Amino acid sequence: MIGPSSSHTAGAVKVGYLAKTIFKDKIKKADIHLHGSFARTFKGHGTDRALVGGLLGFKPDDERIRDSLNIAAERGVEIEFHLSELRNVHPNTAKLDLYGENKQMTIIGSSVGGSQIKIIKIDNYEVDFNGEMPTLWVLHKDEPGEIGIITSILGSYKLNIARMIVFRNKKGEVGSAIIELDHKVNDYVISQLDNMEDIYQVRYIEPF
Amino acid sequence: MEYNKIEHLINEAQKNNVKISEIVIKAEIEETEFKRDVIIEKMRENLEVMKDSIKEGINKNIKSASGLTGGDAVKLRDFDNFIGGKILQNIITKALAVSEVNACMGKVVAGPTAGASGIVPALLLSIAEEYKIEDDDVIKALFTAGGLGEVVAKKATLAGAAGGCQAECGVGSAMAAGAAVELLGGSPKQVGDAFALALKNLLGLVCDPVAGLVEVPCVKRNGFAASHALTAVNMSMSNIASVIPPDEVIEAMMEIGDLMSVSLKETSDGGLATTKTGKKIAEDLKDF
Repeated sequence: MIGPSSSHTAGAVKVGYLAKTIFKDKIKKADIHLHGSFARTFKGHGTDRALVGGLLGFKPDDERIRDSLNIAAERGVEIEFHLSELRNVHPNTAKLDLYGENKQMTIIGSSVGGSQIKIIKIDNYEVDFNGEMPTLWVLHKDEPGEIGIITSILGSYKLNIARMIVFRNKKGEVGSAIIELDHKVNDYVISQLDNMEDIYQVRYIEPF
Repeated sequence: MEYNKIEHLINEAQKNNVKISEIVIKAEIEETEFKRDVIIEKMRENLEVMKDSIKEGINKNIKSASGLTGGDAVKLRDFDNFIGGKILQNIITKALAVSEVNACMGKVVAGPTAGASGIVPALLLSIAEEYKIEDDDVIKALFTAGGLGEVVAKKATLAGAAGGCQAECGVGSAMAAGAAVELLGGSPKQVGDAFALALKNLLGLVCDPVAGLVEVPCVKRNGFAASHALTAVNMSMSNIASVIPPDEVIEAMMEIGDLMSVSLKETSDGGLATTKTGKKIAEDLKDF
């Protein structure tokens, strides 16, 4: 990894990288809110460059992280930093408000030490994953049997679920499922899921 | 197999009459489903990064962007009147070297964290150099270091922001000590004792970096924590046991971390960071 801090640099790169993967489209602007120890010490640790490096698709051992703020400017990605107080979160936490052509997304991630991280929120969905396993994030209609359909599809392709977290804000509306798998998922399986009528969105996050 | 305690690692190694590294490698194979040689090669890459970071820090007179650290590894390398023997001089020099490279945003292997990245390579590679130990054996010892750190990550924390520096340099020193004991032919029990002895005696260490930089006191602290690890290695190899078992030391570390004021957990709101000099440095670097 590129120094100086595994939590404030490498972990921050991972948070940015996962956020970029979840957002999927080209990022035009990012409002980056830093909380706690991130807010207090981001300059010294290069947390700002690390988060932006991740958003640009750099991994923690990429030496371009040092220049990521300039590279973002060159690529026309507008970046703004804010020092914010977030509630009930780990001291090393960042909230990323990402803007694309026609969409906006908010992702909150924490760096919990030794470069391990946790994505805890995507928009209004409470999630919990660390990107260390192949992970699917699926938005689906909240109705009986829907989770069964998703897991059956995965099972039919011999994909074993290691861990699954489901969440919804309101009954009968949109359900969110985080599914961590033992094996990588190919594009075909993702398109099979994506083509289901009651599945609204599928994001796949490959481990580092 | 899954291990959640140092005790599991020791028992499993004793039961199978193998080293702790073997148990860690097996668990890694199970977890990742990679072949053994793939996992070994991945660790070899880490070892190469460690060696490169030592070279970079020892051979070049580097300076961090803030100007606060750098160049000390070279000073110690060239110091002719070192008291304590060649190996100790090497250990402290290498620890400073890696840590200085880290402060310059160079490439290092987090062990367990970047702020504590100098300790494990300094101790293991100095011992390997002294006793002409092959890379393959150092790689195995790195798995032991990793396994020990993994237990702390599962049971407690490795973040200075959550547990203070005891969770970073303390754990780094303990990982290094345990791994070095294995490298020197110590038993799994002695690995556990070295780990416990090193961590026990850095409990309570706070994380109070000046101006929020991983430089003061972090860089030099890597040198101290590495020589501290050597003390634990010597005690354990001479069959001095830790009265408190390693897993209980980890529990104590977490408890102490929870009791520690937030101002002393990587917020730069207390301790060295808010001394007269610390504050002045922060003020001078404000627009840095």
